[in-house]
Amino acid sequence: MNEAIIHIRQLAKQYKDSDFYAVLPMDLTIRNSEIFGLLGPNGAGKTTLISLICGLLKPTSGSIEIDGLNYQQNKREIQYLIGVVPQEYALYPTLTAFENLMYFGAMFGLKGKHLKNKIQRSLQDLGLLKFADKKVKTFSGGMKRRLNLLAGILHDPRILFLDEPTVGVDVQSKNVIIEHLRELNAKGTTIIYTSHHMVEAQYFCNRVAIIDSGEIIAKGTPKELIATTENASRLEDVYLSLTGGDLRDYV
Amino acid sequence: MYKLWIAIVKEYLLLRRDVGGLVILFIMPLVLVITVTLIQNSSFVKDDNVKVPIILIDLDDDELSSSIISSLKEANTFEIFEDINGQQIDEEQANKLVLKGKYKMAIIIPKGLTANLNAKVSQNVNKILNEFGIENEEEELGKEAVTQEIKLYFDPAAHLSFKNEVKNSIDKMVTKIESKAIYNTFQNELEIDGELFDNSKIFTFREVNPHHADLEIKPNSVQHNVPAWTLFAIFFIVIPLSINIVKEKNQGTYVRLRTNPVSYATVLSSKVLVYLSICVLQFILILMVGLYFFPYLDLPKFVINGSYFLLFLVAIFSSLAAIGIGILLGTLSTTQEQSAPLGATLVVLLAAVGGIWIPVFMMPKFMQIFAVISPMNWGLNGFYDVIIRSGSVADVLPEISLLGLFFMSMLMISIFYDKAKNAI
Repeated sequence: MNEAIIHIRQLAKQYKDSDFYAVLPMDLTIRNSEIFGLLGPNGAGKTTLISLICGLLKPTSGSIEIDGLNYQQNKREIQYLIGVVPQEYALYPTLTAFENLMYFGAMFGLKGKHLKNKIQRSLQDLGLLKFADKKVKTFSGGMKRRLNLLAGILHDPRILFLDEPTVGVDVQSKNVIIEHLRELNAKGTTIIYTSHHMVEAQYFCNRVAIIDSGEIIAKGTPKELIATTENASRLEDVYLSLTGGDLRDYV
Repeated sequence: MYKLWIAIVKEYLLLRRDVGGLVILFIMPLVLVITVTLIQNSSFVKDDNVKVPIILIDLDDDELSSSIISSLKEANTFEIFEDINGQQIDEEQANKLVLKGKYKMAIIIPKGLTANLNAKVSQNVNKILNEFGIENEEEELGKEAVTQEIKLYFDPAAHLSFKNEVKNSIDKMVTKIESKAIYNTFQNELEIDGELFDNSKIFTFREVNPHHADLEIKPNSVQHNVPAWTLFAIFFIVIPLSINIVKEKNQGTYVRLRTNPVSYATVLSSKVLVYLSICVLQFILILMVGLYFFPYLDLPKFVINGSYFLLFLVAIFSSLAAIGIGILLGTLSTTQEQSAPLGATLVVLLAAVGGIWIPVFMMPKFMQIFAVISPMNWGLNGFYDVIIRSGSVADVLPEISLLGLFFMSMLMISIFYDKAKNAI
């Protein structure tokens, strides 16, 4: 657990045509097999940071090391190590659940009976097996969320990135997703996830980092953060105390 | 290879489940080829049932105007109206009716045209006879020939080619009548009985179709339209293909793929292979219609003088060029609103420049330069080499090489652009 799996050094991102840094130069270490939460208001830089770490964005400066590898030299190896669950439903609506998983599983080199069995088991675990042959466009939001998660974990990644995996779903689906993620973590998967649900983050994460205006303003276990913040009994109190109560609309 | 195979299956399933898209991909090209061929067939085969309505006002009412009218009737192209419901038409009415487009043209033959022509001919003949010392005893003096106008009112929507054709025909008729009058006047002045002059033509035209051994190649609308409009239809693959790529980017699946250990080249290759199959199927379908269905529409049967293998080779390389454009367009565009209209406009432009509508040799000089760099022109020349000229591999090699190179460059630009944009 204490061994670091992701090393971020002076990582920064400034988008083209923007005067501001979405992510200010930051250092961050994520440990093996931990559940690490990236929390922050809208526009704080959470999605940008997670996109940088999973190789979707090019950093303006700084470096990222994943299990001793870097994107410049070992992009393919890193891609086999990680799993990414984007915020939007990254699925083909006119394909069935099974066909979607066949496709994304095959992209990781899984094939034949092994892949088919893996899909069956995964669909069973997340309560989607009886809908395996239904087109995704007919699914509810919660079902799409669960399938979106499965498409990112079918290849048993060592590190899993989740961008708001429980947003817009009912309590039942949320519980199934969180429970499944705990099981994965228990098997050794490192989980990095972003969320707006403070209660969920408080009980789910081993450590969290609160990000605001592109920089990490607090980092530690939920317990540590609650203990070091005045009048705080929950992680949400810490969050509001650090980020303020003002609306965070951004374009 | 397994990744590519599964990606092909995915592309196939996506297409198969888009019924509306499939109908457009297969039915529309057929409708296009059949419609355009039926319309353009009239420029190759004269249809006696189709006549252009025109007004004719004969103020001359003499030999010359009668000749013009009978020649127009013989041409079997015009439906001539000299009155409406038994009422004579005057020039003012004719002007209004033609302006409204009800009649395509009005011909006003001026009063005294025959007399004027005869006067001119007599003057000229007498001058010549005088030069030879032959005096005309009955010479009429004082009737000077003047230049008269045959007025032609054209529908403002009439094409320039139609106007020129009518003007040339009338000019030809008048010249013929004038020649005849000159001969007759000479004969009368010299007091010669019977036919002294031979009025028969000293040359005629015979169109000889170039041929290979025993095979004569007769041009018809089908031989020209099937390859041209098939190419046009094939190039429309640009639109669904670019939309497919843009959709993938917008629905998030492309983001997921970018984090997966799969190259953009593999993703694109699956699209190339599936869309190439679509293009080849489109081609086979249009070919079948040309070969077996056109005769039922009273259209000439599509005849392929060259090898089917070469025909398919040209079709495959033309399809690849179209797919290359679709891939580049989809890679560069961020929304369907960008890719769809841009793709449609681009295809129409390439068709116009490539000689699909107007043959390249009839284009202005500077446009002919652009035609040479249009992949649709390469494809069209390749098809003509096989279908009309019975060309060999060596004949189509330049065209298929250009089409192949074009496809490769489009693909490479797309891959490098994607790499540069998403470089980590």
